[in-house]
Amino acid sequence: MRNIFALWKKELSLFFVSPIAYVVLTIFLLLTGFFFRSIVVRVVEFSIQEMIQAQQFGGPPPARDYAQDVLRAFFGVLSTMILFLMPMLTMGVFADEKRRGTIELLLTSPVTHWQIILGKFLASVTFYMVMLLPTGVYALFAYRYSEPKFMWRPVLSGYLGILLLGTVLISIGIFISSLTENQIIAAVTTFAVFIILWVIDFAAQGTGVISEAMQYLSVLNHYDDFAKGVIDTKSLVFYGSLILLGLFLTSTSVESLRWRE
Amino acid sequence: MIQVEHLTKRYGNTLAINDVTFDVKKGEILGFLGPNGAGKTTTMRILSGFIPATDGKARVSGYDVFEQPLEVKRRIGYLPENPPLYQELSVDSFLTFVAQIRGVKSEQISDRLEAVKEQCGLEDMGSRLIKYLSKGYRQRVALAQALIHDPDVLILDEPTVGLDPKQIIEVRELIKRLAGEHTIILSSHILPEVSMTCQRVVIINNGRVVATDTPENLKTTLAGSNQVQIEFRGDMDGVRRALASLGHLKSVRPESTSANAAVLRVEVEPGFDERADMARAVVQSGADLLELKTTGPSLEDIFLKLTTEESGIEA
Ligand SMILES: Nc1ncnc2c1ncn2[C@@H]1O[C@H](COP(=O)(O)OP(=O)(O)OP(=O)(O)O)[C@@H](O)[C@H]1O
Ligand SMILES: [Mg+2]
Repeated sequence: MRNIFALWKKELSLFFVSPIAYVVLTIFLLLTGFFFRSIVVRVVEFSIQEMIQAQQFGGPPPARDYAQDVLRAFFGVLSTMILFLMPMLTMGVFADEKRRGTIELLLTSPVTHWQIILGKFLASVTFYMVMLLPTGVYALFAYRYSEPKFMWRPVLSGYLGILLLGTVLISIGIFISSLTENQIIAAVTTFAVFIILWVIDFAAQGTGVISEAMQYLSVLNHYDDFAKGVIDTKSLVFYGSLILLGLFLTSTSVESLRWRE
Repeated sequence: MIQVEHLTKRYGNTLAINDVTFDVKKGEILGFLGPNGAGKTTTMRILSGFIPATDGKARVSGYDVFEQPLEVKRRIGYLPENPPLYQELSVDSFLTFVAQIRGVKSEQISDRLEAVKEQCGLEDMGSRLIKYLSKGYRQRVALAQALIHDPDVLILDEPTVGLDPKQIIEVRELIKRLAGEHTIILSSHILPEVSMTCQRVVIINNGRVVATDTPENLKTTLAGSNQVQIEFRGDMDGVRRALASLGHLKSVRPESTSANAAVLRVEVEPGFDERADMARAVVQSGADLLELKTTGPSLEDIFLKLTTEESGIEA
């Protein structure tokens, strides 16, 4: 436990002095801010149109939860964005350690592979949470100006979803990083894998056995449930198993690293 | 303290080390001497638990390196060939991190930090980022991380590489002071470095141990000779008389005689190549020359590949 904590702390302090991490953080916040604004503008325009139409035809104004629309669209944007940004956060996790030769320091210290992997994994998740935190401001903003006030449940489950989705990507990204000592190769490969995950989501549209299977395999499809406010055990299990799979693959890779060296 | 038995490491088809056997007693400084590519780093990486051996056994403080790696790692301070440093951390935060993963108790960490910084001459560098240190100071930080948990055994892979002459002398003095309480293996391809700091030397070449001795004895052997083996058919006494007329031969000993061939072993003074003259002498004495060869790479050949002189450093 103490070892994991020490490794976590070191990893996190490296994140906070790494220019790449700051670039990722800045891009993320700028883009989410930009998209949040344009989503709000679009939904507001749309709601005004609906209102005008309702007045023209003399009916009651439509009972729509516009704040909820904003948040759902916003969670969709978040998920796409982390698909693009996460490879940059995870690319160095092991690759950099090999390039510097510090992997030799870690593997000759009295710590186990699992402690090393968990320390690194938890540090990445922590940094990711720090990244997500400021976006909470947007939810507060939407809450402040929406009338009637919306329910917090879909917001919280949406955040749970984005956290789990991101953690899955981290676990896959760390595994790929452990396969090479070249950060760029790690980033490109991770990105390619994430794109495949994205494509699976497209293949999942439609009906039939294949698209049903694809629907289950699609990381984004499960995420959509969370954004709707549905916390499905099936989705929790799905994400949980993907995270564990990534960690186990990393462990195998770190073990075999010693044999390849 | 350290026992290495028949250690072998294979990378694909290359044998990095082959049947390496030696041991180190408690409190001793053992020099691991060999030219580039001899297998020094490979052996040290196996001892420190970084890579597994293909074959053989290694024990540190009675613990098997392969069976009980954590016990061994707790007792070893390892300085890898390339200093393993996180450039973006300060000296203090780096050493604190290493102290934590090496199991130093929290309340002792600051004491240990002060102690190793003093030992390695890093007193004023604590808050500096490692990336702003000069190469020599980085090497000191790397040495400090090996010492931080006060290990019984130190494994130092070329600890003086990249230092200036003054720093080299300081590091050697430090290593000498550490002996006694610590058992040390130190690798080098510099002959004077090893003879100055070590009590015993293992010479390794092409993955094999070719000699294990004290530095003094090795110097005597080095002053020795190279040997030539001559196989011929004919009159032994005639051939020996013919050889005796040549210069630069230290001794001529019959190795074996049988009905149709005899073998002589000739010791030649170092630095001379008398093979052509010897061949002529044998043939002129009337014998048939069957074979004339130098026997294996002599210690001297290996020493020639080592760095035997250092400029600007007096012992
Ligand atoms: N990862 C590896 N893969 C393949 N061959 C290797 C590997 N590491 C070392 N070798 C080979 O093993 C042999 C011994 O290398 P090693 O690094 O142990 O030598 P060394 O004595 O430390 O040399 P130097 O003085 O240059 O540091 C060399 O022939 C080297 O090419
Ligand atoms: Mg080496």
